[in-house]
Formats: sequence, structure tokens, C-alpha cells
Amino acid sequence: MAGRVSLFVTCIVDQLFPRVGLAMADVLERVGWEVDFPRAQTCCGQPAFNSGYWDEARPVARHFLKVFAGAEYVVVPSGSCTSMITHHFEQLFAGDRAALSEVEALRPRVWEFSRFLLEVAGVEDVGARFEKVVTYHDSCHALRELRIKEGPRRLLRHVRGLELREMDTAEECCGFGGTFSVKFADVSGAMAATKIDSILRTGAEAVVSIDSSCLMQIRGALERRGAAVETRHLAEVLAAQ
Amino acid sequence: MKPIPVESIQKTLSNDPLGEAIYASTGRLMAKRAAAIPDHLREDFEQWREQANRIKRHTLENLDYYLELLEERLRARGGRLVYARDEAEVARFITRLAKEKGVRLVVKSKSMTTEEIHLNEWLEKEGIETVETDLGEYIIQLAGERPSHIVAPALHKTRYEIADLFREKLAVEREEEPERQTLIARRVLREKFLSAGLGVTGANFVVAESGAIVVIENEGNARLCSSAPPVHIAVAGIEKLVPRAQDVAVFLKLLGRSATGQPLTVYTSFLSGPRRDGEIDGPQEFYLVLLDGGRTKILGEPSRRESLYCIRCGACLNHCPVYRKIGGHNYPWVYSGPIGAIITPQFHGMEKDWWLPFASSLCGACGEVCPVKIDIPRLLLELRVEAVREKIRSGEARLEHLAFRLWAWVMTHPRAYEAAGLFNLVLRDDETGWKGQVPGPFRTGPLKEWLRFRNLPAPPAKKFRDLWAARQQREALKE
Repeated sequence: MAGRVSLFVTCIVDQLFPRVGLAMADVLERVGWEVDFPRAQTCCGQPAFNSGYWDEARPVARHFLKVFAGAEYVVVPSGSCTSMITHHFEQLFAGDRAALSEVEALRPRVWEFSRFLLEVAGVEDVGARFEKVVTYHDSCHALRELRIKEGPRRLLRHVRGLELREMDTAEECCGFGGTFSVKFADVSGAMAATKIDSILRTGAEAVVSIDSSCLMQIRGALERRGAAVETRHLAEVLAAQ
Repeated sequence: MKPIPVESIQKTLSNDPLGEAIYASTGRLMAKRAAAIPDHLREDFEQWREQANRIKRHTLENLDYYLELLEERLRARGGRLVYARDEAEVARFITRLAKEKGVRLVVKSKSMTTEEIHLNEWLEKEGIETVETDLGEYIIQLAGERPSHIVAPALHKTRYEIADLFREKLAVEREEEPERQTLIARRVLREKFLSAGLGVTGANFVVAESGAIVVIENEGNARLCSSAPPVHIAVAGIEKLVPRAQDVAVFLKLLGRSATGQPLTVYTSFLSGPRRDGEIDGPQEFYLVLLDGGRTKILGEPSRRESLYCIRCGACLNHCPVYRKIGGHNYPWVYSGPIGAIITPQFHGMEKDWWLPFASSLCGACGEVCPVKIDIPRLLLELRVEAVREKIRSGEARLEHLAFRLWAWVMTHPRAYEAAGLFNLVLRDDETGWKGQVPGPFRTGPLKEWLRFRNLPAPPAKKFRDLWAARQQREALKE
């Protein structure tokens, strides 16, 4: 065994897309890591944080820090939730020295899934087979806050049978944005439409991302349009054999 | 507190030619910017951004010193510095001067600061004809609209609309070719330059050490506005100062590339005071009006101060997926897009424009392209906190506040979380199916909004934690 990782599956995967969490566990085990799931975990606090309710986000973030305090590595199937922890906890706890030192202590051990595979586990080929044409959607927080751009593509290029086709708006936001998607539903819907057009132009059979929230927006809009394009989290593609 | 202008946004979104014009024009500007920052320049560009940010920070932290220096140097060159607290003071100064000189016609070059204070309206009210001489601004003025973009004010207009506008307002043949439209405007405007008694420009930068203003442009109209009429007045916000002329260099490299993808704009004018003895051109009198207009209030908030670093390049608008859908006119002020979303509530008060910081998916594109590295995403988040505080105070966020408090309680009590299942209350399903509709009673609030454009994933009966427990059991049996 290479070591032990604790899964933070995120609330959206836990509640809506549990297979993404299982796929992530499968891949991590396949490349030699021991996996555990701290059952007391809930959410990182981002929904309240992004909505301006920092007083409500703080206890939830504190709960996260407590649950994962002893973890060797925390692996997260989301760029957005990872960034909340590694980039925004500091902002949320500004002035709270005790909380900040906990954040400092945990931060280097919190990893977005694809980056963990490449930079900690040191694997590019996880032995996956997925025989479809796919296009990759850059989720905003992964791209601009975590600077994740090439990594997931590198992992995809090693998947047998997979053809990666870039869309012309890969870096453009899908329009999800948390509560933005319902506060400004019209704008969010229009942004999704632009994304969908771009996806359809590639002729891809599946859209892949490292964030289930973007995929929920994209898939929801694809379904509404009746387009037969699947959405897959990167973990699901890498778990496929 | 004012509601989100949903109807107006919907109107824009359902107007296809308008939507295409905005999306295509901003897309072109994005491509031009990208082409102007090729790979070999990227590292330099990052250093320029850093340097520009430091210059702005330093200047604003020492603004009192630089303002005094500027006043002294400007006076030595024969110019006059006028401080204006608000738009009325600017307007009073300019109208009084115009009347003193018997000016009937004012020519203006493009200036967001004068848009901000509605200078044209003030002057027209006093019976002074005011003509915008930047082509885009001229089009907007003829149409009776306000600019929809900081750099490209008529970005929302197609050439066909401009053809109709020119025919109607200027009594000319309908002309769809942009080059010919430009010639029509040029003919009209040349006359105006020659007969105007007063020229008004903005200033992109004000150099404290030399008392010079820097005006950049592409059409040459600002140069005419500042030299053809006998009097030149430049209007600028107090945040436009830079210490030395050499500090301008880095901003010039950043501004053209960020705004239009130009390494340098066509004209860069350093204007220092009126015509001196022995010089053959330039205005006889020069005034620099420095506007506060709410800026000192922001200056006094260290965590917000960087909002004033903006050099009005428009890059954050071009790269904002929200701006690219709704355009500038859905924003309540002349400053639109991400920069408008952070400065408008700071200038006008949160109670009026609370929704602006929320008009963002927090994608971060604005922060990535800002040439002076304003952390717009951070400011959006922090202003949201202030907006929520304001809404709670005014009693307008009761339900939302309660919802988040309940959410926080559930999220800190794992057992309650497992029992409640956040997304689990509605439409539990054995297979994650995508629902186009939910039963009537649930068709409300956020769910209803979601379902207007997207299907909804029905929550599976088994959560990850259930599947994980089963998986662990299987593993244990295997061993």
C-alpha cells in the first residue's frame, strides 16, 4: 500500500451522484492506495460562503476541519470544493488565529482527485478503458483558482479507446455558479445553452469534468434539449475497464 | 431594496440580434487580447500587471502628497487644477466657464468620468450644445442611449441599426458599410471641431511630477478636442494619478493590449498645460477638474481600495460570461460588467444595488484578465456579505437567512444530515433519473427556477455513504 487517503466526497456527490464517489475509491485502490470514508463528513460550507452567509458557512467549515484533522491525505472529486478549502477558508476565517492554524495544517494534505493521481500517486495511466469520443469541460474554480488545465486531459489521453475532442468554449463557464443558477436562472440558462451548442459541435458522445456541479448544470440542460450526450465525472471514466 | 431587473434581462436575452452583437463583439475583443499577449510575452505581461498594481497602490496610499505635487507642477505650466466634490460641482464649473467665454458649442472626446456625471445633460440644460466626437459615443448620443461598454460604447449596435440611425438623424443616404458610416460622421464632426469654443476630454493618467495628463485614443478626436478649441478642460477622477511620467509606460503596454489587443493605441497624447509663448498650437487655457464623486469613501476602506485601481480597459466585461449575455444596459450605472458590479454598490450604496455582486457565477475570468490585478472575485464575495447584512437589516432576507441557518445546523450534525438528506426531500428515485418536472407543491422557489431551463437529477435512494457501507461489508466478506 502506498498510503492512506480519506475521501471527502462532497455533499453533492454523496446526495446526488454517489457513483462518482465509488468510482474515485475504485481508481485510488487500483493504483495502490488504502481508502477510508470519515462518515461524519458533510459539506465544505461553500453554498453559504458564496451566498454571502459567512456566519453560517463558518461552523460548517469548522466541522470539516474537525472531521479531517487527522487525515494523511484528503482527496476530493471537485475543483470547486477543493478550492473552497485550500483558497477560501483563509478568507472565511480571517482574523481567527486558531482556525487559521488548523487551515494551514490541513491545506497541504487536501487534493483534488486528478491532481492527486498525477502529483502524489504519480500515475498517468490507471488502466482504464472507455470507448467513446469525449470532450472535457474546464470547471472555473479548478482552472482559475487551482490552475488545473492539462492534468485531467493527460489522464484522459491514457484511457484506452477514448478520443478527446476539444470544444471551442472549454474554458467558458457553464453557468452553474451555485445559487446564481436559480437567482439569475435566465442568464444561467443562456450560459448553459452556449455551452451545450459548443459541446454538440464537437460530436462528442460524453462530456467529462472534474466537478459534478458543472455536470449537473450541463446534463440538466442537455436533457432538457433532448440531446443524447452523456455526462461523466473524470473518476467514472478512469474507473471504467 | 430594489429587485433584480429580471424583465429587462429577459428582454435582452430574448433579443437575438442584440445578444449576438454583444456576444460576437466581446468574443472578438477576447481573441484580440489573446493574440496581443503571445506566449513569449506572457511572463513579461504578468510582471507588468504586478508593477501596475504596485504603482496604483503606492499612489493611492500617498494620494495627498501626489495631489499637492500635481497642483504645484500644473500651475507652473500655466494650467489650473479644480477640485470637484460631486457631479454638480463639475457641471457648475464648466457651465460657468462656458458662459463667461460665450461658448455655445462644446466638443467632447470619450470619457467615462463625464458619462458618470451626466455632463452632457447638465450642459444641454444650460443651452450649451455638446457633441460627442468619438465615433461610438457619437452613435450613442444620436440614439439617445448610454454606453453599454466602457471601451466600445456602441458595442450593442449592429451596422444596420447605425445605418438607419444616421439616415434618420443626419438626413443622409442609408449606408451599411462601416467605412462609409465613419466618413459621414467625420464630415459632421470636423465642422464641430472647428466651431467649438470649448473642448472636454477625460484623462487616462495624470502625472503628478510633470503636471501632464495622458489621453489615449484611436481616432484622433481627443487630440482635436484638446487643441482646436481655445479652451481645454480635462475631467478625471482623483484615482487617475501616477507619480512620474515613466510610470505611465507600463500602463500603456497593459491598457491597449487588454482593451483592444493593440500593443499601443493609435494616439497617445501627453498634454501639459496651455499653449506657451512661442508655441504654434494648443489651447489658450487649460483646466484639470479632479472629481471625488464618492472615491474618497472607497479610498478610506483599505480592503476595498483596489476597486479604484481600474484603468477602464473593459477586459473584465469582454471576458465575463454574464456581461456577454446581458450586455451593459442591464447594469444600473455606466460602469457595467464585473467592475461595475463591484464599484456601483460602493459608490451608490448597497441598499440600491445589492444584487450586482450576485450577478456573477464566480467563474473568476475577470480577475484573471484585469491588467492591474484587481481581485474582483474576492470583492464580489465580500460585497455579497455586506449585501446580505443589509438585506437582513431591512428584513428582506428572513426566509433565506432561516434556510441557511437551518442548513448550517444540519451540516454540523452528521446524524441529522444523514436523516435529512439535503437533496433527498423531493422525488427520491431508485435510479438517478432526470426529471423535467416535479409535482405541483414542489414547483416553487429555487426548484422552479432550476426547472425553467434544466432537468433535475432525482436523488437516488441510496446515498454514497450507504453504498460505501455495503461495499465495505462485501470487502470484509471477501477477506
